Amino acid sequence: MPVTVFTPTSSEDVLSAVHSALAEEAPLEIVGHGTKRGIGQAVQTAHTLNLSGLVGVTLYEPEELVLSAKAGTALAAIEQLLAEHRQELAFEPMDYGPLFGGAAGSGTIGGTLAANLSGPRRIRAGAARDHILGIHAVSGRGEAFKSGGRVVKNVTGYDLSKAMAGSWGTLAIVTDLTFKVLPAAEAETTLAIRGLTDDRAANAMAHAMGSSAEVSGAAHLPLLVAGSVAAGLLAGDAATLLRIEGVPPSVAFRVSRLKDLLKAAGAMQEIAGEESRRLWRDIRDCVPFSDEKDRAKPLWRVSMAPSDGHRMVDALRREAPVNTFYDWQGGLIWLMMEADPEAATLRSLIRRHGGGHATLIRATASQRAAIPVFEPQSASLAQLSARLKEQFDPKSILNPGRMGF
Amino acid sequence: MSGLAMPRSDEKTLARRAEIVAALRGIVPGEGVVETVNEMRAFESDGLTAYRQLPLVVVLPETVEQVSHILKYCGEHGIKVVPRGSGTSLSGGALPLEDAVLLVMSRFNRILEIDYPNRVAVVQPGVTNLGITIAVQEDGFYYAPDPSSQIACSIGGNVAENSGGVHCLKYGLTANNVLGIEMAMMNGDVIRLGGKHLDAEGYDLLGIMTGSEGLLGVVTEVTVRLLKKPDMARALLIGFPSNEEAGQCVADIIAAGIIPGGMEMMDGPAIRAAEAFVHAGYPLDVEALLIVELDGCEAEIDHLIGVVEKIAIGNGSITCRISQSDEERLAFWAGRKAAFPAVGRISPDYYCMDGTIPRKQLPRVLAGMRQLSEQYGLRVANVFHAGDGNLHPLILYDANNPGELEKAEAFGADILRLCVKVGGVLTGEHGVGVEKRDLMPEMFNETDLDQQMRVKCAFDPEHLLNPGKVFPQLRRCAELGRMHIHQGKMPFPDIPRF
Repeated sequence: MPVTVFTPTSSEDVLSAVHSALAEEAPLEIVGHGTKRGIGQAVQTAHTLNLSGLVGVTLYEPEELVLSAKAGTALAAIEQLLAEHRQELAFEPMDYGPLFGGAAGSGTIGGTLAANLSGPRRIRAGAARDHILGIHAVSGRGEAFKSGGRVVKNVTGYDLSKAMAGSWGTLAIVTDLTFKVLPAAEAETTLAIRGLTDDRAANAMAHAMGSSAEVSGAAHLPLLVAGSVAAGLLAGDAATLLRIEGVPPSVAFRVSRLKDLLKAAGAMQEIAGEESRRLWRDIRDCVPFSDEKDRAKPLWRVSMAPSDGHRMVDALRREAPVNTFYDWQGGLIWLMMEADPEAATLRSLIRRHGGGHATLIRATASQRAAIPVFEPQSASLAQLSARLKEQFDPKSILNPGRMGF
Repeated sequence: MSGLAMPRSDEKTLARRAEIVAALRGIVPGEGVVETVNEMRAFESDGLTAYRQLPLVVVLPETVEQVSHILKYCGEHGIKVVPRGSGTSLSGGALPLEDAVLLVMSRFNRILEIDYPNRVAVVQPGVTNLGITIAVQEDGFYYAPDPSSQIACSIGGNVAENSGGVHCLKYGLTANNVLGIEMAMMNGDVIRLGGKHLDAEGYDLLGIMTGSEGLLGVVTEVTVRLLKKPDMARALLIGFPSNEEAGQCVADIIAAGIIPGGMEMMDGPAIRAAEAFVHAGYPLDVEALLIVELDGCEAEIDHLIGVVEKIAIGNGSITCRISQSDEERLAFWAGRKAAFPAVGRISPDYYCMDGTIPRKQLPRVLAGMRQLSEQYGLRVANVFHAGDGNLHPLILYDANNPGELEKAEAFGADILRLCVKVGGVLTGEHGVGVEKRDLMPEMFNETDLDQQMRVKCAFDPEHLLNPGKVFPQLRRCAELGRMHIHQGKMPFPDIPRF
């Protein structure tokens, strides 16, 4: 059967698409710009529902710190609108496009929630889940429902908006989203400590994060990676990066405090303004592993307690050739495998080093078919997840199998 | 209270009480089962004291295994369970049911681990909110959400209610400060969601659990984020001739890119009641008072205080005092923090409401409240988390006057309807519980509520956990699961294809 692509332009269109899919018993693949289509177990459906025609910012009140948009609205357009009012999505959503060979700056606001995107500021500001205020959606039952609202303080009923975060389109098709937005920092400076090993970097980052310097980004780029961000700015030695944001007098004060705190750690340099912004964008988007020559190499995204990450990596290096760098104080580990994905080895090492989870972000089709892309769950948790899926999408017509069920 | 219908008691369960008590004693030995009427009195209500009901039996487990066994036993025998933490809910979330086991988690009161490199604490659910901060403050850390009941309320209850507090404008709600939980489900399964890592895997079940009011599972362990205490904090106390100017001042502060650590507002009646009670030095010639607290490093505060002061003057402030010491800052707060008891002093009873509105609607909502106040013949004082639009109207009444409690409740319901009408919500941080249960249709239609109840079905398909709360009408999961497929439609008749 040929694949049919539907491009709804209203939530009513989405509703009738789901009704038809139910009547035909023909599942739908749900996509926006398709920048993250390569993530998850492969979905094979007769029809594709493309939300990129469902666009528009429907409400933006800067003084109320709130923005609503239709799901297919380009994230870049929203970020530009916010920037005009010196505001931003504080969770710094990453752009997956370049990792898969796509152009930078693509992706929709709906995909931002569906993948629960975040960025380096995750350690302070959280992820998309922490900023979503309300949604309108169409369930796999073919019913339009809403949850939440447009205010931050709200405990009226279950938070189904958060349920959509990281659900990869498997529960419902979100058609409208309302996010909390925040003022963008006036200034930023990054302190780079050079030449640290992974374990010393982890110590330095923990020290910095435990201080009152209010660090809003803490990453470590080992020697092999340091040169591949910000146009080679950090080439030559490992770089441990600490970002300070805020009003200029506060940034200056806190940077000097941080330098004082870490003066014994190693040689330091300061990176300010646009160079700093570019640096953190590259870290956010995993630019070091986006190179065309590397695109066939399996790439893992691992989430662990920040102080456990480097120990797991150290153990993994003894088992397999791997290239790596750390964000979130060491709690987010990007692992590019030089050969096999080594899923079983990696996952067992994660368990042995305090737990966490690994997602196979990029791999060949056969690898994705053979390896659980998302971390396998305990039996009772997997059953609960399956029951939740059934309550939203009993006929499994929305992205069936994408998350393994 | 006034004609609130709770689920009909199950006669069979009531008749089997002795057998159930014996079974619970088999699971929790010693003094962990409380069954005499006198002893159970202590548990008959929570913070919403107008509602009272003795439970079937009270059980206070000490281990996760016991919690799991209690739930499994009750699940298998079709016995309802009401979970309870410290019992400070203001919405009747922990109100017992005549035919339900009251599962009290107060013995889970240990801090299990403090991990400074990762800045998390792993605690049992009965630890108080403030207890976490007390355990880490000597090392310069704290737990950010600070509901006003923080001295008594438990962290497990905070997860159930997604508690906020004065500082959540800048530091987030419970949902933003909890990284993981362990929970027991009605079938006895014990599962872990999240942990010390920042992103939980799979569906955001932690997000669903937070604020689920004890209807989905019983939290048995919580991993919270710890924050480093800011260097210092200073506050501005700003008086305005009207609420409109104060509201505009709040909007302008935020539009200037400033997110204060706390931003609170009081209206005329609340100011005068608080001043008469604690003599905080509040100006009495103003109709609205703002407390704006800035925290961080000295350089930042010095800079921002100047900016905020300018904005206040630009909006016609009558008085603007800047705290010169921590004592003075705490004095600014003393009146606000004592607002509830202060109002309690000028009225025999008061009823505390909890709606949230888009901030700019404040003048409209306050005007509406004045009108309702005249209509019902009851006074109202307002304290307001101004930064995030969370309103706490305090309705003054006298329960000894026949019919006045009912009048206060009707007044409160009208205020919440008004909040929803202007784009807000029924409850910002107190929860729906039994109190606002029957108002849920003001905000949600039947489809919205059905989908929420289906989430309940994934966790607790027999509706045994905390029934009668949150949802105005419980529908059986089998009925909720039925689907009506729209047959005979042309596939995608109106949708553009390519």
